Parts: sequence; structure tokens; C-alpha cells
Amino acid sequence: MHELGIVFYIIKDVKQVAEENHVDHVSTVVMDIGEVSTVVPHLLTDCWRWAADKEDLLKGCEMQVNTIPAVTHCDGCQKEYETVKYGKTCPFCNSQNTWLLRGNEVEINSIIV
Amino acid sequence: MDQVKVIEIKKSVFADNEQDAENLRKELKSKGVYLLNLMSAPGSGKTTTLVKTLNHIKDKVRVAVMEADIDSDVDAVRIKLATGVPTIQLHTGGMCHLDAEMTRQGLDNVTLKDINLVILENVGNLVCPAEFDTGAVRNAMILSVPEGDDKPLKYPLMFTVCDLVLINKTDVMPYFDFDLERCKQNILMRNPKATIIPISAKTGEGIDAFADWLLNEVQNWKL
Repeated sequence: MHELGIVFYIIKDVKQVAEENHVDHVSTVVMDIGEVSTVVPHLLTDCWRWAADKEDLLKGCEMQVNTIPAVTHCDGCQKEYETVKYGKTCPFCNSQNTWLLRGNEVEINSIIV
Repeated sequence: MDQVKVIEIKKSVFADNEQDAENLRKELKSKGVYLLNLMSAPGSGKTTTLVKTLNHIKDKVRVAVMEADIDSDVDAVRIKLATGVPTIQLHTGGMCHLDAEMTRQGLDNVTLKDINLVILENVGNLVCPAEFDTGAVRNAMILSVPEGDDKPLKYPLMFTVCDLVLINKTDVMPYFDFDLERCKQNILMRNPKATIIPISAKTGEGIDAFADWLLNEVQNWKL
């Protein structure tokens, strides 16, 4: 539900990069979205279509989403495991002393011009 | 055919907001103003809790309230009438959260030199506001008994970013399958450092504990 707000941030950043690189049209924006980032990719791309087409720089610009799998590290046994499958509790040693290693990214990877 | 060129960015979408938030916090520190970001689901009792709390602390600290909603000014009017505390209403223009820039624009309408504490009542929502640092010194949230003790499991980020969790509507606990101890465990699993205060905005239970926490925070921010 916060995807539209995120799209406005992306547009601001892409505009800035385009200006710095003297680019007048962007054909694709590539995003890295973590599996547990709470961003829903299809809502992000829907909002993107609506907002991007209002900008000359981004008319027809596609958004490509790379999903980053979520991985949690366990301080109890120093192992890593899939966050989505096991959540906060380590499947190897049952410790809850765990933290997210990756998977909450909401990043602009690159633009293709 | 035109040559295709890839420009690498590799930048978090939230990076600019986090920088804005950090700048705002520094500015508030230099002015001696403490900003609390209060979040919750709609209907958890944010406004009622604020009214009770403001009446408790308004003689001890110079406080103002910023109400953020998608539309209407019912909360701002209600708080102003019930407490007399300076209150401003922000509209998010359809957005489900406030960011640091919107918060700064709101603070421009508050006479900060006369104020030590600003309480920001964020948009009622357990998802989006947790993603965006507003520039507040601390994040607090209200979880009310009818919502259930499992909410920290379902909305992990909200409970991870909050320094203070108020468990509201304790007066109706006998009518719900709400286990206070299980709820506390669920919160502490997300954030072992969270302070948890059970309150009832209706009966006033726990409001003094919340007020003490707040006054202590404001005092320490000034030092």
C-alpha cells in the first residue's frame, strides 16, 4: 500500500541521475526488491506505470524487478537459513537470536537508457 | 539502432529520506525540541490516549501536536477542544504515511521556540509508517486489546522500529482472548529493547506511567 510513495522516491532519484548523465529518456528502471521488504512487486510496477507515464523522461519506461531472496543469520550456531520458510527461529538450533542478513532491500539497481 | 547504456545506481530508495530524517533530528536537538512519532492501526485509541496524556503533562512541558491524516481535521479539532494544546493538522494527500520532508513542512507551522515536545500522530496504519523515518527522536505505537496479542507476529517491522509500545484498552481485556504476557513476549521477540506500558485511555490506567516516560525522555534530550 506504500508502493505509490516509493514510486515517487524512485522517480525523484532517477530524474537526478538522468540529469547528471545528460539523459533525456530512460527505457528501463531495474529494481532490487527483497523478499521480506514488504514491497509487493506487482503493485510497485502498477503504481510505476501510472506515475512514470506522467513524466516525459519516463514515458513508456519499463520497471524490471529482481527479487532478492531473504536470508537470516543465526548468532546461536552461526548458520544461515531461508527467512520466509523458517521466520525468526533458527531451524538448526531453535535459537531466536537471529537477524536478517539480506532480503529487505528496496534499491534502484540501475537504469537503462 | 541507438546504443543501449546501463547506468548503475545501487541506491536504497529510502536513503534520501533517512538523510532528511537525520538532518531534522540534529536540527531539533539544537533547538531543544523532542519529537515523538506515534503510530498505530486505525481505532486503537491514539487520539483518546493523547487527550488523556496531554491533560496530564501540559502544565509540566510545553507541548504541541501534529495530526497526520489522509483527510479531515476531526482529530485536530478534538484534541484542541479537549486539551487547549496547540494542534495542527497535516494532510498526506492520499499517502499512507509521513516522511521526513512532510514532517519538516508540518513543523514549519509550529512555533518551535515556545515548544519542548511535539507529538506527531501518524496515519493509522501498521505497515507503511514503519518504513519511513520521520526524523522523530523515538517511535512509539499503540496496540489495543481488540486487535489481538498476535499483531507483533503479523506486522514485524512496526514492532521492530518502536522504542515504546502502549497496550491500550486493558479495561476490556476480560472480554477478549488477549494474553498480556504472550503479547509482551511477541513484542520483545521483535525488539528486545522495547519499553511496554499497558494502559487504558478510558479509565486512565497507565497514563501516568506513559507521561513519566515522556517527560523523562524530553528531559534527557535537552541535556
